[in-house]
Amino acid sequence: MKRKLSSKIKERVVEGILLLSALSSILITLSIVFILFYEALGFFKDVSLGEFLTGRQWTPLFAQPKFGILPLVSGTLLVTGIAVLVALPVGLIVAVYLSEYAPHKVREIAKPILELLAAVPTVVYGYFALLFLTPILQNFIPQLSGFNALSPGIIMGVMIIPYVSSVSEDAMKAVPMHIREGSYATGATKFQTAFKVVIPSAFSGIAAAFIIGISRAIGETMVVAIAAGMMPNLTLNPIEPIQTLTAYIVGVSLGDVPHGTIEYKTIFAAGITLFFMTLFLNILGFWFRKRIREVY
Amino acid sequence: MQELNTKIEARGLNFYYGSVQALKNINIHIKERQITALIGPSGCGKSTFLRALNRTNELIPHTRTEGSVMLDGEEIYRPGLDVVGLRQRVGMVFQRPNPFPKSIYENVAFGPKVLGIYSRREIEEKVEKSLKAAALWSEVADRLHTSALNLTLGQQQRLCIARVLAVEPEVILMDEPCSALDPIATLKIEELMQELKKRYTIVIVTHNMQQAARTSDWAGFFLLGELLEYGPTADLFTRPKDKRTENYVTGRYG
Repeated sequence: MKRKLSSKIKERVVEGILLLSALSSILITLSIVFILFYEALGFFKDVSLGEFLTGRQWTPLFAQPKFGILPLVSGTLLVTGIAVLVALPVGLIVAVYLSEYAPHKVREIAKPILELLAAVPTVVYGYFALLFLTPILQNFIPQLSGFNALSPGIIMGVMIIPYVSSVSEDAMKAVPMHIREGSYATGATKFQTAFKVVIPSAFSGIAAAFIIGISRAIGETMVVAIAAGMMPNLTLNPIEPIQTLTAYIVGVSLGDVPHGTIEYKTIFAAGITLFFMTLFLNILGFWFRKRIREVY
Repeated sequence: MQELNTKIEARGLNFYYGSVQALKNINIHIKERQITALIGPSGCGKSTFLRALNRTNELIPHTRTEGSVMLDGEEIYRPGLDVVGLRQRVGMVFQRPNPFPKSIYENVAFGPKVLGIYSRREIEEKVEKSLKAAALWSEVADRLHTSALNLTLGQQQRLCIARVLAVEPEVILMDEPCSALDPIATLKIEELMQELKKRYTIVIVTHNMQQAARTSDWAGFFLLGELLEYGPTADLFTRPKDKRTENYVTGRYG
């Protein structure tokens, strides 16, 4: 009887610890969001939302500061767009190869190597873009400035290929063999089976992979901080130097910014913009997964 | 009764999964525009044999085929044969209905599209014709563009038959097409088979003895990778030559 009671207490304690650990991650997330909003609200006491969202210049550290977020947003979108143009097609093709074509042995070797791409520190990618890719690109595009959006965009694309390909491949592998057989049985080739049956069947998983890749690109910091230049620039021209939201946050945080000043608050204003961009993508991804859920 | 043409002939066919021999020296003449049923206990090689007839076995790694299979007198295992073209002539319906997660229309249109037909009108005609031939048209005509996965299993299986018909094959292989279906849906497929027999050669693998007896003209009994007995269905069921066949068809096997 006594034994039973003590084991019951033990159960309770274990349950309590598990609950606390689960709650802590939620609490941390909530407090981050709270602080972000709180500090950003302070920023909007000094700067109107209209100026923030429509201003075409971002010069918070100048004597005559301007607080238009558009240059940072355009910089972020530009680099992300370039990265996506590289990562999505390449990632998808890699996934198709690994899932549908590669012999077992090749897949066993190629997949871990590919995933190693994700393990390279991003700072290495940053210098790779600045010191290796940019000079090469300058051979083809002489007007390309030393800091530009193109080179880090391409490198970031390479960096997120494994995220896209790995999740896409899992989604394609999950398409049952008998669906492929149905395709072969109507005389489809391997290529037709892969692109007209397997990819559409795995669509929601592939969409999720794309969204993970895009979120990763938007949030990426080091590569752009190093190789894109630190110049807020309202442009969609990839050969000019730009600055992204993340690179701005790093740049200002590294400098000597006193707590409570408007410069300090701009960090949170940029942060909350970033927050809404990735939140939007997450909602989109969630919606995709819910709406297009295959039942095989 | 007129002389029946041989559509498919296997000679000395052996098949191996790794080192395990799944088919042993199979010799058979499958007649044109007849229904041939292959029966036998699980693991006897009947499905493997069926899949050897359109070379879907070779999608499985580490397998080996020896011997010969002729379709209209042409060797289908000769090097350089267009396997994709072969599978268009010899279509297949599987045990579990396997519609693509697309609309009903897209499922049937898939075959014609991979054949390279782009004319919308032509595809629409083929879809309608195939669905009618598969006795599904009246049930789905008003919802062609809804998901195929919302159909009942029996309807899904007829859709898979329509999908095969849309590429206008000559032979239809059926691998236990009714094992996932209820008796009413099964009956519909069996009726459909009688209709399809007028134009196509059908080879069906089944576990269901009554189904084999009801539907087929010819029957083959497989045991442990060998074709023990093959002949007109009536003979095989009422006057089996081999004792083991008799035991099996009368339910005394095992």
